Amino acid sequence: MQAALFYFFAALTLVCGALIILNRNPINSAMFLVLSIASMAGLFVLLHAFFLAAVQVLVYAGAVMVLFLFVIMLLDLKEEDRRKFNLFGIITGVISVAAIAYISFAAIRSGSASVSRTASDIEGGTLPLGKLLFTNYLLPFEILSVLLLVAMVGVILLSKKDLK
Amino acid sequence: MPLHYYLIFSALLFAVGLAGALTRRNAILVLVGIELMLNAANLNFIAFWRYSPDPNAIQGILFVIFSIAIAAAEAAVGLALIISIYRHYKTTNLEKMDSLKG
Repeated sequence: MQAALFYFFAALTLVCGALIILNRNPINSAMFLVLSIASMAGLFVLLHAFFLAAVQVLVYAGAVMVLFLFVIMLLDLKEEDRRKFNLFGIITGVISVAAIAYISFAAIRSGSASVSRTASDIEGGTLPLGKLLFTNYLLPFEILSVLLLVAMVGVILLSKKDLK
Repeated sequence: MPLHYYLIFSALLFAVGLAGALTRRNAILVLVGIELMLNAANLNFIAFWRYSPDPNAIQGILFVIFSIAIAAAEAAVGLALIISIYRHYKTTNLEKMDSLKG
């Protein structure tokens, strides 16, 4: 059951990822990104990170995607025109991709025994996470909130029409 | 599922995101490719956390929470930059943005 779900979500994520890139209409690309993110959340659930799956759906499929769609519609983007390929680009691209693929394939083949044992009792629940976040990791947490504030001020400043 | 299935999957997802960031000419879709790459990295963190020998260590999840927050901030700033560049050049085609001075 778990294996079937893993293959299903992995295939869905990769197919949607490929469709994001191949689609020439930006709105369709953004919609496929929503689907890809949602199936990634399914993979998070398979890894017992339940809270993160919820965060993934809320933050990515909710907030970030609304931002992307809003900007695409605000700028009224048209479909991209088809890219022209030249022979030199195709040859060098295929050679470099094949080299990288060979290196990673050889690295995967020569790897030692696989890890398949999971500690079955660990859960990505909110209680230990919250305890750790507000004790040991309080400083990074506060720095992150300042970073978000800085990003918000920066976004308002950048997207203002005139800075006077 | 063994750990390396997740690692190979996240490497493939990273490659898809990298291909998107390198081949698309629309600046917004380059940002989408970067988001895919960040997601692949997040999946690696969670997979390593899940298969870690220490059951009480949930630092992997904390890293992913921080990384999601930073990715959201990055997407907002990137899109604001695209809007202000669009006001100037009237395009989001990256190949037409070829001067720093404007």
